[in-house]
Amino acid sequence: MIVIGIDIGSVAAKAYIISNGSHHRAMIPTGWSPREAGQALIDQLLDKSGLERERVERIYVTGYGRVAFEQADKTVTEIKCHARGIAELYPEVRTIIDIGGQDSKVIRIEELGQVVDFAMNDKCAAGTGRFLQVMATALGLDVSELGDAENPGQMQTISSMCTVFAESEIIGSLARGNSKGGIIAGLHQSVGKRVAAMARRMGIKEQVAFTGGVAINPGVKRALEEEIRTRIIVPEACQYTGALGAALLALENP
Amino acid sequence: MADYRQMWTDLGMDLEHHDVLCEVLPEAFGGVYLTQQDRPKGMDFYDFVVSEIHGVRPAEMLQHQEEGGKVFGTFCVYVPDEVVFAAGGIAAGLCGGSQFWVSGGEKVLPANTCSLIKASIGARLDKTCPFFLIPDIYVGENTCDGKKKAWEILAGEVPLHIIDVPQMKRDRDVAAFEAEIRDFIKVVERVTDKKITVESLGEAIKLINNKRRALQRVYNARKASPVPISGKDALLVTQINFYDDPARAAQMANNLADELEQRINNAIGVFPDKTLRIMISGTPMAIPNWKLHHIVESLGAAVVVEESCTGTRYFENLVDESATTLDEQIRALAERYMKTNCACFTPNAARIDDIIRLTDEYQVDGIIDINLQFCNLYSTESYLIKQVMKEHNIPIMHIETDYSEQDFEQLRTRVEAFLEMLRK
Repeated sequence: MIVIGIDIGSVAAKAYIISNGSHHRAMIPTGWSPREAGQALIDQLLDKSGLERERVERIYVTGYGRVAFEQADKTVTEIKCHARGIAELYPEVRTIIDIGGQDSKVIRIEELGQVVDFAMNDKCAAGTGRFLQVMATALGLDVSELGDAENPGQMQTISSMCTVFAESEIIGSLARGNSKGGIIAGLHQSVGKRVAAMARRMGIKEQVAFTGGVAINPGVKRALEEEIRTRIIVPEACQYTGALGAALLALENP
Repeated sequence: MADYRQMWTDLGMDLEHHDVLCEVLPEAFGGVYLTQQDRPKGMDFYDFVVSEIHGVRPAEMLQHQEEGGKVFGTFCVYVPDEVVFAAGGIAAGLCGGSQFWVSGGEKVLPANTCSLIKASIGARLDKTCPFFLIPDIYVGENTCDGKKKAWEILAGEVPLHIIDVPQMKRDRDVAAFEAEIRDFIKVVERVTDKKITVESLGEAIKLINNKRRALQRVYNARKASPVPISGKDALLVTQINFYDDPARAAQMANNLADELEQRINNAIGVFPDKTLRIMISGTPMAIPNWKLHHIVESLGAAVVVEESCTGTRYFENLVDESATTLDEQIRALAERYMKTNCACFTPNAARIDDIIRLTDEYQVDGIIDINLQFCNLYSTESYLIKQVMKEHNIPIMHIETDYSEQDFEQLRTRVEAFLEMLRK
């Protein structure tokens, strides 16, 4: 059976094709049209795998753009997809921390990726990829450069949780001559604290996995590990777990 | 809608600004309500009230004033309407439920005030709602810090009487509330220039109890499976009951209940068999706040009960009708109102008992506990509720939101994931 899982996030769109045991994946920026991003991913996957569109049995779509994508056979939430994806990669994981472009989530799962509880940030960008993106811009960096640029030894703690206030706080910190590396370490700590508080409120059960675009950033992983005092697993393809989960659900649930 | 422009002008309303609201409301109502399938015929009355929302009832209130009657604007289910009606007055719940009024409130209130207070203050200050301009006096209460201070800001605008609602439920607190009712009677007698008697208060107690009984019938029908009425429709009934004439409100709710009971006999529902049954607990949803109900029901689950002021807290308890003296009646009123379990009380374990009981009575599959952002009382209490529900293995999710549409997609994801979890 051939199935596709697509995760259309606020920043990046990711997809998996599974065909008789083998698989391919692809990722592109979502851009302004979730629909076009989804279509472009299907084209790329068919190209990579050399398969025909007609042979694809089912397409499951998740992510904030799922509602806009009409070609889907079914839409599923990111929460269920991340749970299913992680259960495939790391069956021992019981807590998933997912930080994406506009959401952060903590998902508690049991065997086979069964969701037992979850928490998600309320309407606020603090503790999300968006927060880091705004701060990177204020520091004259690309968000992808933050992870390697931090210097925890010179940590400048950010006191404000609010994206707007934190931005002026780091501008002030730069003006006082503090190092960028120290400020960046403080930003990572701020995200770590925020998300760890959400996780602790729900209850953390080991093992813990960290997924989503922000999981690429080793500074946020370090900060989270310090906050929750637990080692965290970051999957090699941490941005793809939602798409993988969607593809697996498409394979399993007609 | 009929032409009410002259009436609005006479009330001193900002017509230009108000026109914007008049334009968007029918579309919003159409999208949320009129697209529903198999609605009970009894909802026609409520649809009509919404279509004339700023016209038909305000016109009745003005007519009442022309005939020498008085109108009392209220904001809380702890205000004893019986006293007002016993003196021939009209009591009308005013709470603002639209984002449209929020910016008006933000001109004077701190940003971290809930939408309900901001919208209520904004509707008055911006002069874009006739209900806020008609009353001869507002009746406020000190159930939360936000409201308590907001009244002080409104004090220069409109005459206000504040009811001191106790914060605990000891015998002496019930006695204190009894004293508050006595004070309120004096205020109402002064404003209306009418004396409240055993007979008039007894009649008013029956009048308001009858409205409560009618709402209880509508809600009892929601215990059936398949459920004969959508959560959105039931919410609208309660919302309109806050300010409609109580006798008519009872009659319309009874008509609706007749129809719903008939539907139950014929096993007719508005959702398919095995639809997930959701309880919404938490802060009130003033008209036209239908946001969460709409999200839940468009995702294929049914809201079967609201543990809120725009739900069971409004009508669950009745006032004892057997009292034969004013003193006894006042005592009966105090006892009834102090049975209502709001998060402004401490401790408030009885509210958690209510939630467990309602879960059972309404065969609830999962609870969405919601509070308006910055409502510290309900937000803090949600932690305690979640602890107890976990012990009872009742699935629950907490949501904090406001009147804006900005988090609509995010809420949809959260509700959808919760339903996925329940369906597993």
